[in-house]
Amino acid sequence: MRTQYDSLIVLLGARFLSPYIMMFGLYVIFHGHHSPGGGFQGGTLLAASVLLVRVAGGRLVARRQIKEFITTPLAAVGVVIYFATGMTALVAGGSFLDYGHLPFPGINPVLLRYYGILSIEIGVGLAVMSILIMIFDNMAKGEDFV
Amino acid sequence: MKTIKMLILILFFSVLAYGTVDLPYRGDPDNLMNRETSITGTPVAGNYYIRKAYEDAGTINMVTVVLADYRGVDTLGEQVVIYSAGLITVLILRRNRRR
Repeated sequence: MRTQYDSLIVLLGARFLSPYIMMFGLYVIFHGHHSPGGGFQGGTLLAASVLLVRVAGGRLVARRQIKEFITTPLAAVGVVIYFATGMTALVAGGSFLDYGHLPFPGINPVLLRYYGILSIEIGVGLAVMSILIMIFDNMAKGEDFV
Repeated sequence: MKTIKMLILILFFSVLAYGTVDLPYRGDPDNLMNRETSITGTPVAGNYYIRKAYEDAGTINMVTVVLADYRGVDTLGEQVVIYSAGLITVLILRRNRRR
């Protein structure tokens, strides 16, 4: 996990597959309103695309993609996006997570609910992606000290 | 022995396939489990979701509306559970480094 894989085929295969998996993950997150999908599933796919490069490429390649120390703040940002959406609706006069009261003038409540759902799905996807990467990083780090 | 196993598997498969013939169409508000009142006379929430999900949130996928809008607090709890699971791996596994 920490060193680069010996076989060139594995490395090039991971390099080839990773962007397509990432694109599909983004599609699953943003198209969750119209087809099966959502934040949890899309975040898992994004994490899979990052972890594929991490397993194949080793530590030095992984550092260039997403650094290890940035995953914990990203996970917190994902949770905060979700919570802030709910608190904004609460402050603007509705109840907690009632997206119809989000303070964007000129948009009817139905469309506000549409964008509220999209905003929390992005938060969930970000949190799930960075938490899965964080778990993998910590387990791969513990491998050397057993 | 192998033929008995195969026969049991084929029998089980045919029972399951026979069961799928009668499955109701999903998302139909006239289904027995989606009617306005259940068999015992209590109101059913699913009927409201099926009829009003598109009008309330403008979203075609009614599962997304239930997950993110009607039951939004539940999804927030799920996300916090995943977050705390990630933080626990930090607490448990990063301690090994300092020993």
